[in-house]
Amino acid sequence: MDEIVKEFLVENYENLDRLDSDLVNLEKDPHSKETLGSIFRTIHTLKGTSGFLGFGKLEAVAHVGENLLSKMRDGILTINPEIASALLATVDAVRSMLSQIEATGDPGNQDYSRLIEQLTLLNDGQPVPAAVSAAVPTPVVAVAPAAPVVVAPEPAVPVALAPTIPTAPVVVEGPAAPSPVSLPDAGAAAVEAGEHRTGGVSDSTIRVDVVLLDKLMNLVGELVLARNQVLQFNGQYTDTAFLATSQRLNLITTELQGSVMKTRMQPIGNVWGKLPRVVRDLATACGKEVRIEMAGKETELDKTIIEAIKDPLTHIVRNSVDHGIEPPQVRLERGKSAEGCLNMRAYHEGGQVIIEIVDDGGGIDSERVKQKALQRGLITPEHAARMSDHEALHLIFLPGFSTAEKITNVSGRGVGMDVVKTNIEKIGGTVDLQSQAGAGTTLKIKIPLTLAIIPALIVTSGGDRFAIPQVSLLELVRLDAEQAAKQIEFIHGVPVYRLRGQLLPLAYLNRELKLDEGGATAAAESVSIVILQADGHPFGLVVDEINDTEEIVVKPLGKQLKGVTSFAGATIMGDGRVALILDVLGLAQRASIITEERNRTLSESAAHGRKVVDSRQTLLLFEVGAGSRMAIPLSVVARLEEFASSSVEYSGGKEVIRYRGQIMPLIRVSAHVIAAAGKPLADDEPMQVVVYSEQGRSVGLVVGQIKDIVQETISVKRHALGNGIFGSVVIQDRVTDLLDVKAVIRAADPSFYGDKAPALAAA
Amino acid sequence: MTDCKQFATFFLNGLFFGVEVLKVQEVIRYQHMTRVPIAPAMIQGLINLRGQIVTAIDLRRRFEMPPRPAEQLPMNVVVRTDDGAVSLLVDEIGDVLEIPENTYESTPETLTGVARELIRGVYKLKERLLLILDTEQAVSLPATFNRQPTKGN
Repeated sequence: MDEIVKEFLVENYENLDRLDSDLVNLEKDPHSKETLGSIFRTIHTLKGTSGFLGFGKLEAVAHVGENLLSKMRDGILTINPEIASALLATVDAVRSMLSQIEATGDPGNQDYSRLIEQLTLLNDGQPVPAAVSAAVPTPVVAVAPAAPVVVAPEPAVPVALAPTIPTAPVVVEGPAAPSPVSLPDAGAAAVEAGEHRTGGVSDSTIRVDVVLLDKLMNLVGELVLARNQVLQFNGQYTDTAFLATSQRLNLITTELQGSVMKTRMQPIGNVWGKLPRVVRDLATACGKEVRIEMAGKETELDKTIIEAIKDPLTHIVRNSVDHGIEPPQVRLERGKSAEGCLNMRAYHEGGQVIIEIVDDGGGIDSERVKQKALQRGLITPEHAARMSDHEALHLIFLPGFSTAEKITNVSGRGVGMDVVKTNIEKIGGTVDLQSQAGAGTTLKIKIPLTLAIIPALIVTSGGDRFAIPQVSLLELVRLDAEQAAKQIEFIHGVPVYRLRGQLLPLAYLNRELKLDEGGATAAAESVSIVILQADGHPFGLVVDEINDTEEIVVKPLGKQLKGVTSFAGATIMGDGRVALILDVLGLAQRASIITEERNRTLSESAAHGRKVVDSRQTLLLFEVGAGSRMAIPLSVVARLEEFASSSVEYSGGKEVIRYRGQIMPLIRVSAHVIAAAGKPLADDEPMQVVVYSEQGRSVGLVVGQIKDIVQETISVKRHALGNGIFGSVVIQDRVTDLLDVKAVIRAADPSFYGDKAPALAAA
Repeated sequence: MTDCKQFATFFLNGLFFGVEVLKVQEVIRYQHMTRVPIAPAMIQGLINLRGQIVTAIDLRRRFEMPPRPAEQLPMNVVVRTDDGAVSLLVDEIGDVLEIPENTYESTPETLTGVARELIRGVYKLKERLLLILDTEQAVSLPATFNRQPTKGN
C-alpha cells in the first residue's frame, strides 16, 4: 500500500475514535463551540484528504456531513438526537470505508446514498421524515437500491410534517436510528473492521510528539556521557562484578542510543520523492529531456537533517537541469543521447551519509567560472592565475556568484550555491564538486547521520583536550623524531608535509589557538599529524597527542563565544570535564590554509579521460602473501582489527574468532585467491583482519598487511581473472588486484548471504 | 509599608554587589574550568554543571578591574539569562538581603565607562552602598568587541 494512504488511514482511524466521543459530548453540551469546532475540523480534513487521494465516495459522505456541521457551527442548527445519530452514522460509514480501503485499497461499493440523503434533509432544516426512518427496517432486508427512497422523501415530507410531535418516537428510536440507516453495510463492516485492524496499520504504529523524541535523545545523550564516565573507572577497579556491570551498561547504552536514534530516522526517499516532478517540470520548461535515476532511497537520516537538506537538494537538482544538462540537439551534436541523465545516489560510508548528484551534462568550465568571478570582483586577477581547476570550481559557492548569462525564473540570481553550501555546513556536512567540461558534474555531499551524538577523535594540545568531528577526518600520521625532521619541510617558513607525494600544508594547533608554546621545542620528539579536510582542501594539523575516538554529545556554546569561529561546540568527557569541539573549517580559515596545492588526484584522473566523473572510489590497500597487492572499496569495510593468531578457534572445521559477543568466521584471503599463494603466517604474528558486515552478520577477512587508504579512479586494466578477483588496476604505480569480496565470502561460506542459493544471492 | 526586594549579594574587588534573587540559579564553589583559547579575555572557561555546559565569566575582567590574587579562588554565581545559565566569577559571597524599594536610586551621571553599562542602580544601605548588577549586560561581550570586524583575515 502507498505510504501516503497508510498515513491517511492511521491518522483518520485516530480521528474517528475522537469523533465518537466528541459527538457524544456535543450531545450532552450542545453549545460547546470547542467540541463543535473540533468535529468540524476533523470531518473537513477527512474530506480534503480523501478528495486529494481520489476516494470520491468517502469525500461525498464527508462533504454532506461537513455541510450539516457548518450549519451547526454557524448556529443555524443545533444538535438534536436525530442529527447526532446521523452524524454517528456518518462516522460509522467512514470507518467502514476506511477499513475497506485498508483491505482492498478502495472504499468499496456499498451504497451510501440514503445516508447522504438523510444528511441533506437534516441540512435543509427538515426533520428526517418518519417515513424514511420507519421505512428503513424494510430495506435492511432487501438492501434495496436507494432509488425508491430518493423519490420517496419529497412526497413523504408532508406526511411526516403533519405529526410534528411524533418527532418524539424518532427520539425513542434514536439509538437505533443510526444503525438502520447504515446498518446493512456499515454496522457489519465495522465489526469486521475491528477484526481486520488487529495487526493492521493503525496498530503497528503510534504517533509521538517530536518534542518527546528530542527529549529522549537528550536523555540518551546524558546517559552516554554517564556511561563514558563509568567506563573510565574500569581501569582503576578490578572488581569483576563491577566490570561485568559496567560492560553491560556499556552494551545497553549503545543499543539504546541506536534505537532512540532510529526513532528519528527517516529514509532519504521522503525528500527525493518530489524531485522527479521538479525535474520533469523544469525539463519541460527548459525544453530539455531529462531522466532521473535514484539509488539508495532507503538510506536513513535524522529527521532534522532530512529537513535541513531538503531545500539544498532541490536547488542542486534544479541547477543541474537548468545549467548542467544541455538541450537535446546540443547533446546529439556532442555525441550523447538526447536524453540527459541525472543520477542520485545515497549511501553510508564511515558513519556518514554520502549523497551524490551526478549529471552527464556540459560540465562546468573552470575558465569561465574564473572570468565571471573576476567580473563580479569576487577574486583578484592574481588569485585567479594561481588557482587550480578544482579551486576554481569551488568559486561557484561564493555568495553572489552566477554564470547564467540571463536571469531566468529558474536560476541565475546568484543566490543559490552559497546558500546550499552554508546550509549543508550548518549541519556539519561538506560539499565537494568535480566537473569535467563536456562530460558532466558530480556533486558530493557528506553529512553526519545525526547531529546530537557524533563520533570524534580526541586529541591533546598544550595540555588541553579537543574533539575533532570524524566527518572532517581523513587519516592520522605519526612521525618519529627522525622522520619528522626529514619529512616536514619548509617553504619560506611555512611547514608542509609530503603525504604520498602530495604536499599538505601544516598547522600547529597550539600555535593557532595560542596555547602554551611548549610544542615549539618538540622537534626532538615524535610528531602526530591529524589529516583533515576543510572545504575540499586537505591539511595536516599537528597536535601533541592523539588519544582515542569517542562518541561525544555536542553541546552548544554560549552566545559570548559565537564569535570564536574555531570551535563548533563543547562536550563533556568521561572524567566530567569539558572539552571543546574544533570547527575544522573555522580553524582552517584561521590558519589561512589557502589553497596553493594542486588537487593531485583530480588532475591525474583528468588525464585518464572522461569516465572520471563517477568512478573515483576510496580504496583500502593491503597485501596478501608476499608482495601481492590487493584493494577493496572502503565502503564495504566495517572495521580493521588485529588479532593474536592464538585466539583463533575452530567450529565445524572452520576458523572462527570471538568478536564483539559474536562468533565471527574467518576467511583467509590467500586461500581463496589464486594469485596470492603467500607464505603462511607465523604463529606468534598478529593477524590483520578486515571485518565485513552485512545484515548484522560479520565475517573477518584475514589479509597479510594493511597498506594504505587511497582515493583512486578505477580504470580496470585487466579484466576478470576469476576466483574472487574483479580485475587489476594500477594504484600508486603498482599493479593491484581488486578483490571481489562477495565472491570470496561466498566461496568460503555459501550460507553467509542467507539461505538462498548462492547464485541468487549474487544479485 | 514599603515593598521589599530580595537580592543575592557578593563582593568584587572590595565593592558590594547585588543580583535579584530570582535571577540566581545557584551559587557554587570554584569548579574545574576548561579554558577557551582565543576567546575574549572576560571568558574564564567552561564548567560542567551537572551535564550542562556553562560559560564562566570573570566579573573582575568584565569590569576591567585588577586581576584577583592568585591564591584566592573565585566563587560561581550561576545566573539565568536569555541565553541559558551563565556563571559569574566573584570574590566572595554575601547574604541574601531584603531591601526596601524606597532606598533605591539610579546611578549618578558621573559614573562613566564600563561601570555605567553594568550597574543599573544603587540601594543605600545603612553602612554601605549595594550596587545592582545588570546581568544581561554583564554576560554580553563589551560593546567594543562587537565593533571589531569578525573576519579573521
